Amino acid sequence: MILNDEQIERYSRQILLPKIGGGGQERLLAAKVLVVGVGGLGSPVAAYLTGAGVGTLGLVDSDSVDITNLHRQIIYSTDDLGKAKVEAAKVRLERMNPDVKVIVHKLRLTSANIMAVINDYDIVVDGTDNFPARYLINDACVLAKKPLVHGAFFRFEGQAMVIKPGEGPCYRCMFSEPPPPGAVPSCQEAGVLGALAGVIGLIQATETLKLILRIGEPLVGKLIIFNSLEMGFRKVKVPQDKNCPVCGENPTITELIDYEIFCGIKKKESE
Amino acid sequence: MSIKVRIPQPLQKLTRGQEEVEAAASDVKGLIDDLEKNFPGIKDRICDGQGKLRRFINIYVNEEDVRFQQGDATTIKDGDEVSIVPAIAGGAQ
Repeated sequence: MILNDEQIERYSRQILLPKIGGGGQERLLAAKVLVVGVGGLGSPVAAYLTGAGVGTLGLVDSDSVDITNLHRQIIYSTDDLGKAKVEAAKVRLERMNPDVKVIVHKLRLTSANIMAVINDYDIVVDGTDNFPARYLINDACVLAKKPLVHGAFFRFEGQAMVIKPGEGPCYRCMFSEPPPPGAVPSCQEAGVLGALAGVIGLIQATETLKLILRIGEPLVGKLIIFNSLEMGFRKVKVPQDKNCPVCGENPTITELIDYEIFCGIKKKESE
Repeated sequence: MSIKVRIPQPLQKLTRGQEEVEAAASDVKGLIDDLEKNFPGIKDRICDGQGKLRRFINIYVNEEDVRFQQGDATTIKDGDEVSIVPAIAGGAQ
């Protein structure tokens, strides 16, 4: 791929960076990233990856834009209310940067479809809002050996980590099983500071760009914890667990699990 | 002995909104018991019926996950910082 004059100008401020250059920009334009959940995390991730010129962006979401989304899901406007999120996002993102090809997956990932969806992408970004999806995505990425950029938030606090299967720990190395339903309140019940979602989403976007560009030190084997009230970051070490049920020495999870079945979480009717 | 313990958002109801509390203990087991004395109900959130750490919540002494140290026998000394970190799920909604 050779950059044209407009591209050289559009991306000049990042091409100027010695660790990026024209070669890095070509790498970004050739990259294929899947963002799962285009909400509080997925919106800023998708917006910044689009700005940076990530050539192919897949978006997975089965929801429509709701008025309660707008305080944090910054790629949607009031005009988008009621529209499918992936469709509204595609219009907005392609207008931001016509170099980016946005592929929409208006569906909910399950054990039956996830492998086919992630197969076409280099990196998966988890911006989902529930444990069944998070564990399904983790397990699928481990089995498919796809790098996964994890992020989550709760009220005023958030977490992020990069999972590189085969090179470092996965989400189950840290938390081997999801909590039982009801043990942890959802964002719907707990509330969230919109800008906090932006901070965590942009950590995910930054890590994704680093993975594509192969620069710096990825957030592998470390969980970063951000507290917006005291405005501070902490990192804790996440060792690879040899007893991990999915990436350990004797894995017990060799096929994907739909936790919804036994977590009892109600499936959305809107699909 | 004074050890700083970081309380995650989901457990702050039990610590009356405090994000950081002090505890006195020489190991993780003692720390959980000391927290339970001051903030009744917290042990049940961290440990299962057998007193083992729940699988979706971790305890870090400084930066180290105690599961990869000596579990609840991991020693703690004055000035250490302990973090309780649960799995959280929010993102899209």
